Amino acid sequence: MHTRDPIHGHDHKNGHEPEHEAGDDGVHEFPLDLAAVRARLASSPGKEHWRSLEELAADPHFEELLHREFPRQASEWDDSLDRRGFLRLMGASLALAGLSGCGRAPEETIVPYVKNPEGLTLGKPLFYATAMTFGADAMGLLVESHEGRPTKIEGNPDHPSSLGATDAFAQAAVLGLYDPDRSQVVTHLGEISSWGTFQAEATAIATALKAQGGAGLRLLSGSVTSPTLVAQVAALLKQFPQAKWHQWEPAGSDGAREGGKLAYGRYVNTVYHPEKADVILSLDADFLGSGPGHVRYAKEFFRRRNPGRGGLLAEYGVKPMNRLYVVEPTPSVTGAAADHRLPLRMSEIELFARALAGKLGLGGLAVLPGKLGEWLDAAAADLQKHRGASLIVAGECQPAEVHALAQAINQALGNAGKTLDYTEPVEAQPVHHIESLRALCTDMYDGKVDTLLILGGNPGYDAPHDFAFVEKLKKVRVAIRLGAYADETSDYCHWHIPEAHFLESWSDARAFDGTISIVQPLIAPLYQGKTAHEVIGAFSDKPGQTSYDLVREHWKTLDVGGGFEKSWRKVLNDGVVPGTALPSIHPLLKWNPASLPPVKTAPPDELEFIFRPDPGVFDGRFANNGWLQELPRPLTKLTWDNAALVSPATAEKLGLGHRIASRGGEHGQVRADLVDIELFGSKVTAATWTVPGQADGVITLPLGYGRSKAGHTGTNKGFNAYAVRASWGLWAATGGKIAATGADYPLACTQYHFNMEGRELVRAAPLEEFHRHPNFAQEKGEAPPKELTLYKEYEYPGYAWGMAIDLSKCFGCNACVVACQSENNIPVVGKDQVMRGREMHWIRIDRYYASPSQETGLENPDAYFQPVTCQQCENAPCELVCPVGATVHSAEGLNDMVYNRCVGTRYCSNNCPYKVRRFNFLRFQDWETPSLKLMRNPEVTVRSRGVMEKCTYCVQRINNTRIEAEEDNNRKIRDGEIVTACEAACPAEAIVFGNANDANSRVARLKAQSRNYTILGELNTRPRTSYLAAVRNPNPALEPPGKTETEKR
Amino acid sequence: MSAGTPNIPPELRRSAPVLEPGHTYGSVTEKISAIVLTRPTSMGWFVGFSIAFSLAMLLFMSVAYLILKGTGIWGINIPVGWGFAIVNFVWWIGIGHAGTLISAILLLLNQKWRTSINRFAEAMTLFAVMCAGIFPLIHTGRPWFAYWMFPYPNTMGIWPQFRSPLIWDVFAVSTYFTVSFFFWFVGLIPDLATLRDRAHPRAKQVIYGMLALGWRGSARHWHRYQTAYLLLAGLATPLVVSVHTVVSLDFAVALVPGWHTTIFPPYFVAGAIYSGFAMVITLAIPLRKVYGLEDFITMRHLENMAKVMLATGLIVGYGYVIEFFMAFYGPDKFDKFLALQRLTGPYRYFYFALIFCNIITPQFLWLRKIRINVPLLFLISIVVNIGMWLERFVIVVLSLARDYTPSAWGRYAPTFWDWSTYIGTIGLFLALLFLFVRALPVISIAEMRELVAHTSEEKK
Repeated sequence: MHTRDPIHGHDHKNGHEPEHEAGDDGVHEFPLDLAAVRARLASSPGKEHWRSLEELAADPHFEELLHREFPRQASEWDDSLDRRGFLRLMGASLALAGLSGCGRAPEETIVPYVKNPEGLTLGKPLFYATAMTFGADAMGLLVESHEGRPTKIEGNPDHPSSLGATDAFAQAAVLGLYDPDRSQVVTHLGEISSWGTFQAEATAIATALKAQGGAGLRLLSGSVTSPTLVAQVAALLKQFPQAKWHQWEPAGSDGAREGGKLAYGRYVNTVYHPEKADVILSLDADFLGSGPGHVRYAKEFFRRRNPGRGGLLAEYGVKPMNRLYVVEPTPSVTGAAADHRLPLRMSEIELFARALAGKLGLGGLAVLPGKLGEWLDAAAADLQKHRGASLIVAGECQPAEVHALAQAINQALGNAGKTLDYTEPVEAQPVHHIESLRALCTDMYDGKVDTLLILGGNPGYDAPHDFAFVEKLKKVRVAIRLGAYADETSDYCHWHIPEAHFLESWSDARAFDGTISIVQPLIAPLYQGKTAHEVIGAFSDKPGQTSYDLVREHWKTLDVGGGFEKSWRKVLNDGVVPGTALPSIHPLLKWNPASLPPVKTAPPDELEFIFRPDPGVFDGRFANNGWLQELPRPLTKLTWDNAALVSPATAEKLGLGHRIASRGGEHGQVRADLVDIELFGSKVTAATWTVPGQADGVITLPLGYGRSKAGHTGTNKGFNAYAVRASWGLWAATGGKIAATGADYPLACTQYHFNMEGRELVRAAPLEEFHRHPNFAQEKGEAPPKELTLYKEYEYPGYAWGMAIDLSKCFGCNACVVACQSENNIPVVGKDQVMRGREMHWIRIDRYYASPSQETGLENPDAYFQPVTCQQCENAPCELVCPVGATVHSAEGLNDMVYNRCVGTRYCSNNCPYKVRRFNFLRFQDWETPSLKLMRNPEVTVRSRGVMEKCTYCVQRINNTRIEAEEDNNRKIRDGEIVTACEAACPAEAIVFGNANDANSRVARLKAQSRNYTILGELNTRPRTSYLAAVRNPNPALEPPGKTETEKR
Repeated sequence: MSAGTPNIPPELRRSAPVLEPGHTYGSVTEKISAIVLTRPTSMGWFVGFSIAFSLAMLLFMSVAYLILKGTGIWGINIPVGWGFAIVNFVWWIGIGHAGTLISAILLLLNQKWRTSINRFAEAMTLFAVMCAGIFPLIHTGRPWFAYWMFPYPNTMGIWPQFRSPLIWDVFAVSTYFTVSFFFWFVGLIPDLATLRDRAHPRAKQVIYGMLALGWRGSARHWHRYQTAYLLLAGLATPLVVSVHTVVSLDFAVALVPGWHTTIFPPYFVAGAIYSGFAMVITLAIPLRKVYGLEDFITMRHLENMAKVMLATGLIVGYGYVIEFFMAFYGPDKFDKFLALQRLTGPYRYFYFALIFCNIITPQFLWLRKIRINVPLLFLISIVVNIGMWLERFVIVVLSLARDYTPSAWGRYAPTFWDWSTYIGTIGLFLALLFLFVRALPVISIAEMRELVAHTSEEKK
């Protein structure tokens, strides 16, 4: 029941919806004053003006006034079911439930377009380019839009940060957009207000400020790379010369910024080229899993992970396999992908870097004791052997000194300009964030801050506790907060403005290499969202401009050929502004590592507390995103909580442990010991988790949890590591105390068992062994003859869909899991259900540990990841046992799941040796929340309770392509034309899907490789999904060949 | 089959009679029909029935809540997709085996001692199969569509998937129930006529009269009756073997380690008879005590049933041994692993308990002293019932919890609703038994009369 688009005049409702009589559905209690609406719209400056008119804050039902943003996009939706109508239908279906059981979907009315929007074919999605900003990086995206509703995010192949892939955060952004907990109204002192009122206040403030030259005006934002916003801020600072701009990113890298400054005397931005490096050393850098450009870095890195036997090497001119050394205090996905990984305490990383610098002749000490020394010698020799083709990457959490050392070593190895480049900083105004925030806090305390604009972020939650940000915020006369949620910070601000999601906003942003993208909206703001542009604009000379105006105005000189309009359209279409990557510079090293003061390492018996952004909720910004909350963390496989991570030896020393609960067990619930952590005089109680590969004596406290006001999903989950994070120990601190409380806490862990029990599920070998013994993977399993079945063999005259997953490349980043969840409407089940072993992800990323030798045992095992989805067996055990034929074999070899035939005996799941089937034990889907209805992929059935489900190889994508190919002269589907959601998202290009019947397809060629094997092939299930054995490239100096498992047999 | 000497106390006789001496046609008829017709309903019956019926209501409530919310109210998960529901199903079906075995096979083998226990053993079978039948229905995610498992002409034009053992189950269990029901009912006809003739209020006469289907006791009736009864016995005999064989195929056909073994059919059938006899003993002992039927259900009966229990218990024990033997004799590493998991895995205490209940406990039955010690026999029968339940639990849950993919291993623990449904079916079972005892003759009057004739002939 929406009144839509009065401007374009095709307001076509009432006639089509006979059952929505006046007074019937609650809307008419609050009549919509259309005259006022029109008047207001007429007075607004541009035609592209998003406006949400009225919102009944106490009522989930709301009316939105939407109009079409650009000609090819329909921005309206037919949510024709209001609350009362919904209740009526629910009543009816409940009555039906009494007769015929439950589980019927409420009926809904569809209203067709009277005039079809140009360029839109109903049922065919459109894709628009936009970008998601993340700290000092932006990832270019292509967003799938169904009738104006963004439903799925893909990477933009033309964008340098993405190259077509994405990460889990970008995939989960769709849920962030439709999150019903987002703040929906402007509030003033907690009361509902309006943007108009705020604008009036802003004008008054601006007038008052002008008199005093802007003294007392402060801006607090995160890292800003948006050229338009930067220009706006610059204009504002010019208008109010005494105003100040502060920046604070709780998980940003002051170390990288200041390290560059230390080394070169100026801020620089480092751009790596992992593809060009033969040997890479990571000093605690999770460059594959997080930080600016990580998706691209992963793409580049894994392009060099082809072990190069079996044809692909020569054919594609693939370069030989690279080698990765990682030293890190706490396991990361980068560490798991390493050929050599060494757990070091945080304080020892610098020691290691110095010794390496010494080894390479940069002065300072060059010797390390024992095993560490051997390791260092081998790595240093390897790096030196690959001068100009090696790369040292320092971690985001490392201090400036380590970054400076990394720069110096890179320079010494002649890598600059080859495997890495320097550019001007991507951030418009790089600052030392902690100092910037400190200055703001001091000024707030001194009463010097009159008006504070907090653009995004959540400093009330994530500022170092010694700053007492919230206390000081109370002294500010007017605090204005732009935020997506009414959160911990908003509570202490006078004004709260709901922030528009990036899928609802116009903006622009720079990627890690400086490339600019225009951020364009996919949908009108669902609520009354505003952008930072508009909030700053409210204080400017020309208030009331929309972000569209502001961004266009900023780019009015844009010309990439054919004048502005044409260029603008091209830039929007492509998702990148060509030629805006920052040019490389060649700064001179102005620093000598020898000038460093003697290194301070913490005494070995002292505990080190380190802070890390959580792989799921990051710094807390995604705390209310159910997809990310329920995403098993790559190495711990924990969901819904964070936990203080400790090494097995430290856990033993501290007497900590966990117990598998009887319900859910290894696949669900583990009860972990609680500890009190006291650090810098503040305390927090945390659950603990033992992680193999963690450095001894190091306790990792993942950030982003313990939110007191995040929304229904994220509030009061986990523990708040910020409570013990102080400005002087932002990433690492010593001197803390830890004591078991004696109590325990249930954690939802989806895979507690990490031993393969000798089942050869992941097969791995060092490169050298693989070259000597290319068939090692296939020899580890047996392949029974095809005839060993009672049933007739299927024939596949047409396509035979198959998948190959390269375990040399999978590094467990989880992007595919969320991509699958988004594509296939997979529900979130919540912590309680995960603890019962009922999570619904169609892709399970198994993580196994293998110890290369006894001595490294639990301390430093090799970690392997194996994405397991439905294996689409040709002799499928599930098909045989379904009593009603709800899972059947398709002519192309898929195990099709017929949801509406399923009666839910779960026999298929019991009989599935891979345990990839997921059952709707309860009604897990949210059928009530209106916004979530918009989010779903209309091409995939929304399953109800009592029904089994599983990976379909994205059958909807297969069929879409089939229809296209049939329309196009009934041609064959080309290789690579069908891309499954997981394959599209994978930054490592580890997943390849295609027609196994076509010998020239990528998948068939991968399956023909000697590394190719199927898991549990001895059961004669003959899976269509096969795996390429993991091959690692260890340094012979560290791991002498011939001592491997296969050889010993 | 001698009657023995009246001076020797019954427990000391080497071979107790199947009917205590001194009974005539009249006394037998009087004694058995009195339970239904003339004896006042005791307070004990009301109390017992109320408790049982309350538990049955707990079942109905649990099922209602289940249909409202979904199977997620139970403790099942992925990987353990089957929990109490299937454990209880197999357990009840097993219990339902003794009735048909006693009625049909022992009838064909001309074992006279079956006569006084067959009626209530058959009733027990029916009620146990009813309880069993509830579970496959409600354990589905969408029980309102469970009828799709039947081959019926439908507009969708779809048949069930006949390769699935669950479909075989549907046929096996429904056939078993149908045949068992008719067998039981046909056997009841002469007794219903007796009750009709002796009942007092008109209403009772009409009801019993209708159920007696016009039985007048003519020689032709008797002739037809005997033929029909023998035919039904012949039909029911293979079912004793087939039902639990098919139930075992639910597991044996699947490729889950611990399920996928060829020994399952005989092992399950033996186990079923084992638990079935245990349940008959559990029920017979209080029944004969309360209603003073010691003359009809004699020590001979109890001892024979104890012997059957011992024999089948040994077969079951053999099954356990062979499971281990085959696991290590065979080449399958998954089977080996699972066998060890029984001893060392998360459910090892269940396994130890089951070994104690099913293998160690019945060894006492070698001793005649224990076989004729009624309280001990009662205790052993209950222990065996528990043991057989544990056996199904270990088979169903442990095998699923520790299958091929270690990363997906999990555990199962029952919830309140698992327990309430299970206990509820016990309530339903007992409530039906209470009603049966009050409404129908618990011992076949007609066959007892035959027995009187035989014993008096022997005396002569």
